[in-house]
Amino acid sequence: MSAELDALYQEIILDHYKNPHHKGLRGDPSADGTVEVHHVNPTCGDEVTLRVHLEEADGVLRVQDVSYDAVGCSISQASTSVMTDLVIGKPVEEAMGVHEVFLTLMQGKGSVEPDEEVLEDGIAFAGVAKFPARVKCALLGWMAWKDATSQSMTTTAQGGDDD
Amino acid sequence: MEGLLPDLEVVRKDFPILGRTTADGLPLVYLDSANTSQKPQVVIDAMVDHLERHNANVARAMHLLGAEATEAFEGGRDKVAAFIGAPERDEVIFTKNASEALNLVAQTLGLEGAHRVGPGDVVVTTEMEHHSNIVPWQMLTQRTGAELRWFTFDEAGQLDLSQVDELITERTKVVTFTWVSNMLGTVNPVAELTRRAHEVGAIVVVDASQAAPQLPIDLAAMPVEERPDVVVFTGHKVVGPTGIGVLWGRRSLLEELPPFLGGGEMIETVTMERSTYAGLPHKFEAGTPPIVEAVGLGAAVDYLAGLGMEAVHAHEQAITAYALEGLGTVPGLRVLGPLDATQRGGAISFELAGVHPHDVAQVLDVRGIAVRAGHHCARPAHAKFGVQSSTRMSSYVYTTPGEIDALVEALHYTRDYFKVG
Ligand SMILES: Cc1ncc(COP(=O)(O)O)c(C=O)c1O
Repeated sequence: MSAELDALYQEIILDHYKNPHHKGLRGDPSADGTVEVHHVNPTCGDEVTLRVHLEEADGVLRVQDVSYDAVGCSISQASTSVMTDLVIGKPVEEAMGVHEVFLTLMQGKGSVEPDEEVLEDGIAFAGVAKFPARVKCALLGWMAWKDATSQSMTTTAQGGDDD
Repeated sequence: MEGLLPDLEVVRKDFPILGRTTADGLPLVYLDSANTSQKPQVVIDAMVDHLERHNANVARAMHLLGAEATEAFEGGRDKVAAFIGAPERDEVIFTKNASEALNLVAQTLGLEGAHRVGPGDVVVTTEMEHHSNIVPWQMLTQRTGAELRWFTFDEAGQLDLSQVDELITERTKVVTFTWVSNMLGTVNPVAELTRRAHEVGAIVVVDASQAAPQLPIDLAAMPVEERPDVVVFTGHKVVGPTGIGVLWGRRSLLEELPPFLGGGEMIETVTMERSTYAGLPHKFEAGTPPIVEAVGLGAAVDYLAGLGMEAVHAHEQAITAYALEGLGTVPGLRVLGPLDATQRGGAISFELAGVHPHDVAQVLDVRGIAVRAGHHCARPAHAKFGVQSSTRMSSYVYTTPGEIDALVEALHYTRDYFKVG
């Protein structure tokens, strides 16, 4: 009984839940390359407000910072925390790749072997994939990040055209 | 324990699903009946028998089966009418669920007619409504330019009746509220609010989705000035099937309201220029109705009437009192709603400090205990308590004290698991 729970609530997840990384909104939301989004899980009411700041240097667009305020369960909070660790500082293209890998893991119903090289602490969520009702929790922060990043890329690209 | 249904073990045997176990072989502890109730064998059998032996369309099939199906369907209406003490059986309209019934009223009140809600008019609701009794009224008032105003409630989960004079005025066209709250469990003063609303000529619409399963309802016995004009509930919470809801409305009001949906069955004659409409109840039942569902609902309310709604209510109160006592032993647990079991319904929402409702429900689920976690379609009410969501246990006729013990024990375990306290 407890083994089933332990598969879901890995120590890493509970640690991130108790001490979330990069939490608290930072930076100027109206700065160039910054986009803020608000996502909710309509079935349970979990919410996240997430701010992404992208910056281009040497022709590479990078995730300069991700900050957020959120309320929700241990899975959604820990997942958002792990996500910020994984994407901050990475080139956008690479970060999007990590997102894809995480998404595949979550949608695999427990049959996908997680890649620690890519996902680091994110492998702790492998057990969540076996609990269909919780997959949405694990994806809330990621979906918000992807949305904000895509929006920022469009505006940044438009900005680039003007130069 | 006093108040429990005398034949509780026999009642439990009536519900086949209670005999099943979880994947780990644990017994099922179903404490989510405010969400939907389980179904007794008689309801399942009545529906199967209908489909196996009497199936045909109603009202329009001129043959043996058609006559039998029509009789069974209309028999369901008779049983529902008896269950709520409807003054007339033709005042009982079948809809898809409670939500559709509420939309039917809110939508038709926005159309041409004696009761049309327009600019400057006021519709009054409460902050403890289910979303199904908020959104239709928002849609009506936004479309018509009327104003939606709200009763608030206090820390103890009781409506603030000191607002009555300010909210229920000559401008007020509709007053709508839930009889029993699905989140707080509060039982609202139907007679008093209805009397006040009628004094200013307002129409009273009561959401009885949580009341019909638990309280004896006898509309005909209510003094006219205290009887709501419309009462709705949903079949699946009164041990009936999904796919059917009930709208009872005062005949004179239903006759004045324009039709809601157009189609077969709801007409008298149709020409290419115009149609004339059928009388009650068919005027509001366009298309093929939920036939087998009405048969099942009829069997369901007969089953509850057989237990006796006074006895059902006493059982609910006994279990609720026992649950409130047990929940009180869990450190860091806060009940959102009235604490006196005699003043409330059987849905108990609570917060457990340090553990999110989703995580509470997950731990309970692994132990075979089904509760609801989330906003229970009552976000405004949660916002009042400064919380996003809560965990809710809700009992019914088949709930035992032993199941409450299992819940309380599991909540202590949940705290240990998440190392709080
Ligand atoms: C108080 C209340 N009103 C309305 C509803 C809506 O019922 P349904 O979803 O069957 O339309 C519910 C049930 O969820 C309820 O508890």
